[in-house]
Amino acid sequence: MTAETMEAPLVAAPTATPPHPLREFWGYFSANRGAVAGLFVIVGVVLVALLADVLAPHSPYLTDTKIALKPPFWQEGGSITYPLGTDAIGRDILSRLIYGSRLSLLIGVIVISISIVVGTVLGLVAGFARGVTEIFIMRLMDIVLTMPSLLLAIVVVAVLGPGLVNSMLAVALVILPHYVRLARAAVITETSKDYVTAARVSGAGNLRLMFKEVLPNCTAPLIVQASLGISTAILDAAALGFLGLGAQPPSPEWGTMLADAREFVLRAWWVVTFPGLAILITVLAFNLLGDGLRDALDPKLKR
Amino acid sequence: MLRFILTRVSLVIPTFIGITLLAFFLIRLVPGDPIETMAGERGIDAARHEQLKKDFGLDKPLIIQYGYYIERVLHGDLGKSIVTRESVLSEFQTLFPATVELAVCAILFALFLGIPAGILAAVRRNSIFDHGVMGISLTGYSMPIFWWGLILILVVSVQLGWTPVSGRIDVLYYIEPVTGFLLIDSFFSEDEGAFMSALGHLILPTIVLGTQPLATIARMTRSAMLEVLGEDYIRTAKAKGLSRFRVIGLHALRNALIPVVTVIGLQVGVLFTGAILTETIFSWPGIGKWLIEAIFRRDYPVLQGGLLLVGVIVMSVNLIVDLTYGLINPRIRHNR
Repeated sequence: MTAETMEAPLVAAPTATPPHPLREFWGYFSANRGAVAGLFVIVGVVLVALLADVLAPHSPYLTDTKIALKPPFWQEGGSITYPLGTDAIGRDILSRLIYGSRLSLLIGVIVISISIVVGTVLGLVAGFARGVTEIFIMRLMDIVLTMPSLLLAIVVVAVLGPGLVNSMLAVALVILPHYVRLARAAVITETSKDYVTAARVSGAGNLRLMFKEVLPNCTAPLIVQASLGISTAILDAAALGFLGLGAQPPSPEWGTMLADAREFVLRAWWVVTFPGLAILITVLAFNLLGDGLRDALDPKLKR
Repeated sequence: MLRFILTRVSLVIPTFIGITLLAFFLIRLVPGDPIETMAGERGIDAARHEQLKKDFGLDKPLIIQYGYYIERVLHGDLGKSIVTRESVLSEFQTLFPATVELAVCAILFALFLGIPAGILAAVRRNSIFDHGVMGISLTGYSMPIFWWGLILILVVSVQLGWTPVSGRIDVLYYIEPVTGFLLIDSFFSEDEGAFMSALGHLILPTIVLGTQPLATIARMTRSAMLEVLGEDYIRTAKAKGLSRFRVIGLHALRNALIPVVTVIGLQVGVLFTGAILTETIFSWPGIGKWLIEAIFRRDYPVLQGGLLLVGVIVMSVNLIVDLTYGLINPRIRHNR
């Protein structure tokens, strides 16, 4: 939540021309080792997801009861054919994890896209319209924020029915208020500035003001929130999967894999350990990235 | 002060109405006819169907139905569970202490570890300790707690055999629920081992549920402390020659704790979310497990009532935190 402290920023001595914004950004960003590590992990997960067909040694759905609950290769009875062992119906865990990375990234990206688009539009509308429209939108968001996030998501899934798509919609709804609030707050600070007045005086309509003038100036906090939001989305969707309300078996979604593995916790530690580790590492990487982005993009911290 | 209280309380009213609307429409949004849902798999004949529809007021316009619903809610009637035929409110009252007991232990765990860790990290900024605390707390913040619970069961309960795997107390003991909080009830009971058993059952769920609040509180304390330590009055206090302990423990901590108190209030929602997962893993007989089971049994009145009660409780706690905050900090109170 709070920003990691920045190490001494790598700013060169003042030169005649200011550095390119991207270069300046990278200067701040790369000073934060955690953020760079997070970025590397994310790039790795993306590559794994893209190359799943090449990397996975087996099909994630192929069952074979003869090899059920084989331990990982370094334990007695394990073999290198199934490096991380097999689950209760003989599916290769490594292959399922590799294919699961596709689902988790997809969940993160889709959920955040929905929330950002809907949230930004609602926030812009609230910030520009003021009055009753603003009160209505913001009160609605307060109600969503009041409810415990997972409970609300569960209720939405209970209404829509369990499944991957519905659980993504539920999570998108639950994290929506953050984007609405952010966009609205940014609009309210921006609209009082001179450039907006200038644009308005030269005859720009509300829509143009919203999307061409104000929106580009509030992207930084939205980007930070998006990176942190992806981690929440992956975590919440996995929790729904774990409760049996998200992606349904035999889908190799990591939370769903954990739900299947629960009853074998006493007999086969590997079926429980690896999917959770995959969730933890991915979520941690997105949080590190988000913290680093905040430090690099937040002008208040650039002392 | 009165004006401050009145504004804050009046702000809660629309939220309350919103929560009741959410709970009310929940049942109506579920695909299928509510009477048939209530009748379950047995089905129901047409005449009885019409009669029930009249009895429940389902033939009236939605706004009238909502009016009836609010009237019932305000009289404390939240309907009956389809499965157990018990009143939703009384089921909630039986199970609620178990969740509160777990949540209180979890937040105490988070406070007792998180605040000192945050203070030390801020005081020794950029030390190995600081980096360690921040690294661990970011990990805790990213932790899928449903997995964390399973791993703790695997290591602590199964491998080491230190704690029981699930439940609130050993089946050997029967404790008459007086307060509903087993830790208290078992302490005053005749059975010698009952208290230790209840305590042992609490350890792992407390750690699991406390992990995310702990991470948040440690990070929050650290950054609040860092901000305060940069203030002029801290320099003044140091210049006056006060001991380091006095400056940090008295002058800085007091002001640093204000944002932390707010964060603690905000943890109530997080705790409920965590309780749903923690109670499922540890078969803890509380509200979270009750609601999850209600979903799988399609027990909509329970879901509706539970949603309303949890919403109102979280809302009230937020209000209380808000008011206390105004009480501690006059600047907040006069801003409005």
